[in-house]
Amino acid sequence: MSSSAANHSVGHRGLDVSALRADFPILQRPMNGKRLAFLDSAASAQKPQCVIDAERECYETYYANIHRGVYSLSQQSTQRYEDVRKTVQRFINAADEREVVFVRGATEAINLVAQSFVRPKLEPGDEILITGMEHHANIVPWQLVAEATGAQLVVAPVLDNGELDMDTFAKQISDRTRFISVVHVSNTLGTINPVEDIIALAKAREIPVLVDGAQSAPHMPVDIQAMGADFYCFSAHKTYGPSGTGVLWGRLAHLEAMPPYQGGGDMIRTVTFARSEYADPPQRFEAGTPNIAGVIAMGTGLEYIESVGREQIAAHEQHLLAYANAELEAIEGFRPIGTAAQKTGVISFTLDDIHAHDMGTILDMEGVAVRTGHHCTQPLMERFGVPATTRASFGLYNDEDDVDALVHGLERVKSLFS
Amino acid sequence: MTDLSELYQAVILDHNKNPRNYRAVDPHNHQADGYNPLCGDQVHIELRADAEGCIEDIGFRGEGCAICMASASIMTESLKGQTLDEAQALFKRFHDLLTDNQREIDASLGKLGVLAGVRDYPMRVKCATLAWHTLQAALNDQTEVVAE
Repeated sequence: MSSSAANHSVGHRGLDVSALRADFPILQRPMNGKRLAFLDSAASAQKPQCVIDAERECYETYYANIHRGVYSLSQQSTQRYEDVRKTVQRFINAADEREVVFVRGATEAINLVAQSFVRPKLEPGDEILITGMEHHANIVPWQLVAEATGAQLVVAPVLDNGELDMDTFAKQISDRTRFISVVHVSNTLGTINPVEDIIALAKAREIPVLVDGAQSAPHMPVDIQAMGADFYCFSAHKTYGPSGTGVLWGRLAHLEAMPPYQGGGDMIRTVTFARSEYADPPQRFEAGTPNIAGVIAMGTGLEYIESVGREQIAAHEQHLLAYANAELEAIEGFRPIGTAAQKTGVISFTLDDIHAHDMGTILDMEGVAVRTGHHCTQPLMERFGVPATTRASFGLYNDEDDVDALVHGLERVKSLFS
Repeated sequence: MTDLSELYQAVILDHNKNPRNYRAVDPHNHQADGYNPLCGDQVHIELRADAEGCIEDIGFRGEGCAICMASASIMTESLKGQTLDEAQALFKRFHDLLTDNQREIDASLGKLGVLAGVRDYPMRVKCATLAWHTLQAALNDQTEVVAE
């Protein structure tokens, strides 16, 4: 870990955000002549210098392909790559590092589970239960296996405040439910779902559960053993690491019983033209040369989060959420979409009848980067009767100045469109 | 970079708020739906061309950002009474204006010239051209066009 990641003072007022901001080179650049207020970490987080350095250091000093060469570079690359499994194990409190599979991201993780774990179990009429607030990445993989097997996708409704309708969810679990896949934190609404309650319901009927942790891993402590899920996944690019890499965690007994997702090198024990014998997990699911430097830098990003403190990050983002809600609600015509009692630092909203893309362009000119559109949750947009929303989302480097810039930008939007 | 007040000038904001020809065309002999999956903008166009290929009437409906709505509204105003060939030529000149920063605003574009500021915002050019791509689909008797 680089020195920049260490020793952040955490006083009673929370994080030393100005020190943290100094760790992120991109936040030092102006945007359209203004201070950059980056409020789109739910789409992808910016990278601290230590992550950038870790990737560069790999290529500059010890890079070689892993699990192959007997020479020193390959040994060192292999060691650093494999060490990240221990980092991930600690980060999510997994029981065994062999349960940590490196994938391209949460999307690939869900597809892997859908194809290798769920699809072989499905018969026509079987059901897969998801929620109405899923990202497309937790909808489409299940539609693919449903179409291939004749299984049905069952969708639990979302309440007006953006919370999951747990009463209906509980009733939707049936004798035909073969798998439950739920988002831990909604990327559009910020809703933190009661995954422990969901898992308890599922366990009572021996139904395995996948928790999509793309929006929880960066923002709150995650203890996978306490949670009790069967699978959990996240993407490194949202945990301040590089894009193109991420983690699937699965119970070892499940992984050991699963066929490979892709075939290739590095995932086999022996190959003949008659048949191949597959490697044990996690290698069984890591065919081909992976994103070696990316995985190593992902580990650095997770260590960075740990050094800042996950409780502290969560508390800081809650503080910003409360501050932003108060400021934004003072703007006439502001309508938040998603007001669950348990939320992360995500604010989706509409403003009068001004289209999100007009807001996005005007805010950009004020140096404010927000997401606009359907956030890869089109069914959820339909649920709330809006074609698009504007979404501001917080990361550990955001501060009240960023919120003030958003509020100022929205006032500019209103004056232009009045 | 065009100033924001030039991108969102009064004519555009007016057409967004009070879109012209925002209605069905009955009867019509061409129609198409346009959709931009990236931003969710949707435009439906109906038009009636006479035997000589002259646009007698054209209307649109849909939802989208101010640039998309204003562009569709101004397009319908500009096309009424034009031949289909003239409409194609106008689209080409309009498209050139939006994709070439050096191009002078051609007086023959008329009110469409107010959309020139969009060319400094590459992510928004599709918003301004969606209605025109939908028009092309309608004239080619495709019923759907997806612009990305």
